[in-house]
Amino acid sequence: MPKKKNKKLSKVKTKEVKGQLGKKKETAREKMIGQSIGYRYDVNLLPDYSKITPFLKKYIEAMGWDDLNWLEDVHMGYEEDRPAVFCRNANGWVTIPSSIKLPNNQQDRDMIARELLVKFQMSPKHPLVDLKKAYLKF
Amino acid sequence: MANIKTVSKKSKAQSMGMHTEVLTGRTQQKFFNPDEAENFYYFGTYDVDFNKRTELDVKDMTAPEANKEIDNLMSQGYGTIVIKNPQGKHSLGVGILNKLNLIFEGSLGYFGMGSCDGPIVRINGRVGWSCAENLMAGKVVIEKNAGSCFGAAIRGGDLICKGSVGARTGIDMKGGTIIIGGDAGAFTGFMMQRGRIIILGDVGINLGDSMYDGTIFVGGEIGSYGSDAVDSELTSNDQDWLKRKLKVAEIGENFDVSKMKKIVAGKKLWNYDNLEPTEKKGAI
Repeated sequence: MPKKKNKKLSKVKTKEVKGQLGKKKETAREKMIGQSIGYRYDVNLLPDYSKITPFLKKYIEAMGWDDLNWLEDVHMGYEEDRPAVFCRNANGWVTIPSSIKLPNNQQDRDMIARELLVKFQMSPKHPLVDLKKAYLKF
Repeated sequence: MANIKTVSKKSKAQSMGMHTEVLTGRTQQKFFNPDEAENFYYFGTYDVDFNKRTELDVKDMTAPEANKEIDNLMSQGYGTIVIKNPQGKHSLGVGILNKLNLIFEGSLGYFGMGSCDGPIVRINGRVGWSCAENLMAGKVVIEKNAGSCFGAAIRGGDLICKGSVGARTGIDMKGGTIIIGGDAGAFTGFMMQRGRIIILGDVGINLGDSMYDGTIFVGGEIGSYGSDAVDSELTSNDQDWLKRKLKVAEIGENFDVSKMKKIVAGKKLWNYDNLEPTEKKGAI
């Protein structure tokens, strides 16, 4: 009899973990607040340079660098169920336009995120442009 | 900052294998056109030419005067500037948010090249403490040794010291890569949150103490591990990246990266989450 009970319990546990918080088993704290703690994508993933886009190649050349430099730390994340990239200058997530089709692997997605982030940061519509106009001292 | 309606059907992020967790941060509602004309520079930066070269003797200048003169030269389109007689002055070359090729013929004092975003810098001497703190992007190469807090709180870019560095290298770093050709002192990678540190030589005690995230690669001996710093497996992707990075850094090209140790965060110390601001609000 006790053997049957144990089997049922382990099945229920597996289902909960899969549905709510990803593959990892949640901690008591995570269970309490109903959300996971920490990143849910690999922030330490090193870039695969074979996936680099022509735009990024041009950007690296224009800046005189040898590699992706600061863009090595940029990854495609998500916010509120939408693919997004974090802009450190604006301190916010920039959601990816729905017109862009995303590939099904993180390395390719990261390259797209890098390209879009450069375009966003250098755009005259970036929030910092208005701030710079209003508050630039020298 | 409007709220985005959550829908019950599977979202794009979910179908991509991403997760449903709500992350904090402000959603940018100011959309841009991803197909707009190619522009690689920030708004308001100078259009400089790497082939246009000049020299600047800062012997009789204060640091603010020298920094303003660098800015003035960039506004005239100079893309390569050689600084003569820096004489260990503090806070030289700070706040450059432009592409630039900057060469210091001598040593710098403390907080040299702080808060920069984009330049390629070569320092043909030594540097004092907190060199390139808060570096956002670019490449800084130091030919000799560096003081403590080397690369404090850097966010991005490559920071290279061909010699040895002092204690607390990469303290509180949030991105970027620090590469050290020689040895590193105690508390290297202290409270690092992201980014990578490569040390070809030995490293002192409490390596990676209280690190939240990020990766440390060590080629030599480790004095001791700090709290929550643990070993990890060196993958083939890591090795390829290390070979590439050492080539960029112009050091250790023949170094056997396969024997390097990889140290990451055990992630046992995390005790904050998205609920924390709500709890604080309640307490106030």
